[in-house]
Amino acid sequence: MASVAFTINGQAVTLAAEPNASLLWAVREQIGLTGTKFGCGSGLCGACTLHVNGEAVRSCQTSLQSVAGKRVTTIEGLSANGDHPLQKAWIAEQTPQCGYCQSGQIMKAAELLAKTPKPTREQIVQHMDGNLCRCGAYPRIASAIERASKEG
Amino acid sequence: MTASDVTRSGLSRRAVLAGSAGLSFAFALGFDPGAGALAAGPGGRINAYVRIATDGTITIINPAAEMGQGVNTAIPLIIAEELDADWSKVKVETAPVDPVYNHPVLRTQMVVASISVRGYWMPCRMAGAQARRVLMEAAAGRWGVPLAEVSTEPSAVLHKASNRRMTYGEIAAFAQVPEKMPELKPEELKPVAQFRLLGKDVTRVDVAAKSTGRETYAIDVRVPGMLYGTLARRPVRDSGPVSFNRDEIRQMPGIVEVVALDHGVGVIGETVEAVFAARQKLKIQWKDAPGFKMNSETARAEYLAKVRDPAAKGVVGRNTGDAMGAIASAARVHTSEFTTDYVYHAQMEPHACVASVTPDGLELWAGTQWPTRTVEDAAKAAGVPAAKVKFHHLTMGGGYGRNAFVEYAVDATLLSKAVGKPVKMIQSREDDMANGRFRPMTAQRIVVALDGQGKVSGWRHRIAADTIVPYLYGQERMDAQKGVDHIVVYGADMPHYEVPNHVAEHIYEERGVRTAAWRGIGAGHNNFAIEVVLDELARMAGEDPVAYRLAILKDPRAKAVVQKASQMADFSRKRDGRALGVAFSKLGAPPIGFALIATVAEVSVDRASGKIGVHNLWMAADVGLPLQPSNIVAQLEGAAVYSLGAALKERVTIKNGLVEQSNFHDYEIMRMSEIPAMHTELIRSGDIPLPVGELSMGATLPAIANAVFALTGKTLRHAPFTPERVKQALA
Ligand code: FES
Ligand code: FES
Repeated sequence: MASVAFTINGQAVTLAAEPNASLLWAVREQIGLTGTKFGCGSGLCGACTLHVNGEAVRSCQTSLQSVAGKRVTTIEGLSANGDHPLQKAWIAEQTPQCGYCQSGQIMKAAELLAKTPKPTREQIVQHMDGNLCRCGAYPRIASAIERASKEG
Repeated sequence: MTASDVTRSGLSRRAVLAGSAGLSFAFALGFDPGAGALAAGPGGRINAYVRIATDGTITIINPAAEMGQGVNTAIPLIIAEELDADWSKVKVETAPVDPVYNHPVLRTQMVVASISVRGYWMPCRMAGAQARRVLMEAAAGRWGVPLAEVSTEPSAVLHKASNRRMTYGEIAAFAQVPEKMPELKPEELKPVAQFRLLGKDVTRVDVAAKSTGRETYAIDVRVPGMLYGTLARRPVRDSGPVSFNRDEIRQMPGIVEVVALDHGVGVIGETVEAVFAARQKLKIQWKDAPGFKMNSETARAEYLAKVRDPAAKGVVGRNTGDAMGAIASAARVHTSEFTTDYVYHAQMEPHACVASVTPDGLELWAGTQWPTRTVEDAAKAAGVPAAKVKFHHLTMGGGYGRNAFVEYAVDATLLSKAVGKPVKMIQSREDDMANGRFRPMTAQRIVVALDGQGKVSGWRHRIAADTIVPYLYGQERMDAQKGVDHIVVYGADMPHYEVPNHVAEHIYEERGVRTAAWRGIGAGHNNFAIEVVLDELARMAGEDPVAYRLAILKDPRAKAVVQKASQMADFSRKRDGRALGVAFSKLGAPPIGFALIATVAEVSVDRASGKIGVHNLWMAADVGLPLQPSNIVAQLEGAAVYSLGAALKERVTIKNGLVEQSNFHDYEIMRMSEIPAMHTELIRSGDIPLPVGELSMGATLPAIANAVFALTGKTLRHAPFTPERVKQALA
């Protein structure tokens, strides 16, 4: 079995990788970082969104082998103390309901703010449109992103 | 349930105190012999809801399951308010399964129908006030002053006359839990005007964990030696596997066991990937069952034929006066028909549960809307008494009615039992959808009797739909209710309207489809029909929809929400290329009380594509006493988004018993780009919190249909209003 070395939230890891291993399940079940969620397994919901080399990707559609030598960041590693501007804004806006989609929402939003620190509402909606929230927390997801972009 | 049931079961003071007395007895067993001191008890337990540690930490037990609705903040907040707790010192714990925490109306631990806060309101106020009284008595005793001279400030008892003060933590170090708990009268509770936590928007206790990935859902649980499992469930009721390719699956990499169950085939393996891959390769021959004959497209027409057929007998679910007599003697009769499709809950966390069956019993990690039943059913599956179940009750990644059915806990237990190891059972999204439990499909026909003056004299609402109650609660309960499926007929009654004679009938459609309550309960489909008919009647009367409703609504609170929403929307102002529609709805039942809402929708229609755009929703909601106003707004808007899906695109279709949709590409739910601007205002109408979580579900659909009529002159009768259906209606 091949092994794959990469960094996760700044720490080096080497995992044994079955050919069919997905990044999502490796992160959740092997490494034990369960903030990244399984929603559809087919790239359709965004619950599994994390960063690979700073890009938001859907980990259910990313093979473990493909991240060899790369930097993987999950919701747990987005900030040292859960105080990324988005996380503070998420709390201030009381955004989460069931919360299940929210790690993916925040990681997707973090990608936006990294590239576009002052997005318009349209840019927010366009960027976030693939991340589903069954609780319908969309208004507060959008307003939390706006707040984070203002308050930094 | 009758009014007297409710009174007896705990909304009255007597029942509450009887319950509390029962609690203190139960706790007494947990104390060390002879130790009545708080500090010596298990964590400083005062009653079932409150523990106070000597460092001042207050643990409040939340009896209701959290699934996004915010109940793990709202209910503890009620207790903290009466306890006069310093909220920053409060920790919230979810209750274990224990009859002491039964919902006062449901008489089991269950979260349905948006009645958690309403149901636990008085018991929890009493529990908080009682705990405060115990602390006050202890402090007064220590100081040797009369109880009447002491008071509290957040987390401390004061004796103002002598300027003395003791914190709750200090008191916990010496206080005794009295053998007989103090009895409080409702008038001794804190006056609502003095609330300092309720009504003030306290930060939800779970949002920080949910913003940092730290919240634990059942799917996140990992225990040593755990295997993974999944299940291919029979597609329809009463079927089961006849044969399957066991040998082939058994040899796939990473597969440990393949298990035949009565109701499906389980696959157990070393990784999630292995069991999902094996699941895809499973070839199962299913035992024939009536459900395999089900084709929803043809069935819908048959349901419609049923509501038209005078010979088709329905069970009377709601009845006031003599609707049939009124129709027979009507000057004029108006008839209208509607259908709604099956819809899927699509909770974002696919069903998952961890179970570990050992010779000693069962350990279970699950999120569930019905903890009591979860433990009972899983215990049965494990073959152990319920007392041998160690249950970890976790928050849910959405519920919406789906997780009141607890079959996933049984499945996880059976898989663990089969291999003698802990198993995390996860359903793929495809399986979660294939064996979803859907809101029944309905065909509805409303016949309205009008008298010589054009006033409504009678109303007959016939609903052909699958049943739910026998599958959720059992046939016994259905029989005890004289065949009334209260979930299906929910919302068909019209107590706020001047409709003197009214009947709602349910014609059963039993076709083997797996059903459940869906957010909004029956109001999601029934109120669609009711409120579209009201617009039709308004047009017949030559009145505008708001004026007509204000005239025919007899309830002042109902009039107020309609008035408010129409003001918010500036209802009479014409818009270019857009139009408005209004609808009224309610949530609750007579003994509990009704929360009320009026919704105005602003829509446009792209005639070429048939696509409806919903641009604005104005909602005015009378929720009684709003405890967590910002969270109530989130619930109203979230449920509006949920019902927009049912209005515009969500539909499950069934062919030969099999669900045709499989994931979010063909069962699309609302996206951020499709969300209207939402404007929500709360009306406070009293001192009791009324049901909230599903309130906006009933009004969104008809408001959109009525707006589309205002714009196009065509009525949409088949929900969801897909582009094809809109084009058909406009043709
Ligand atoms: S779980 Fe990866 S996109 Fe849905
Ligand atoms: S908060 Fe529940 S799915 Fe988004």
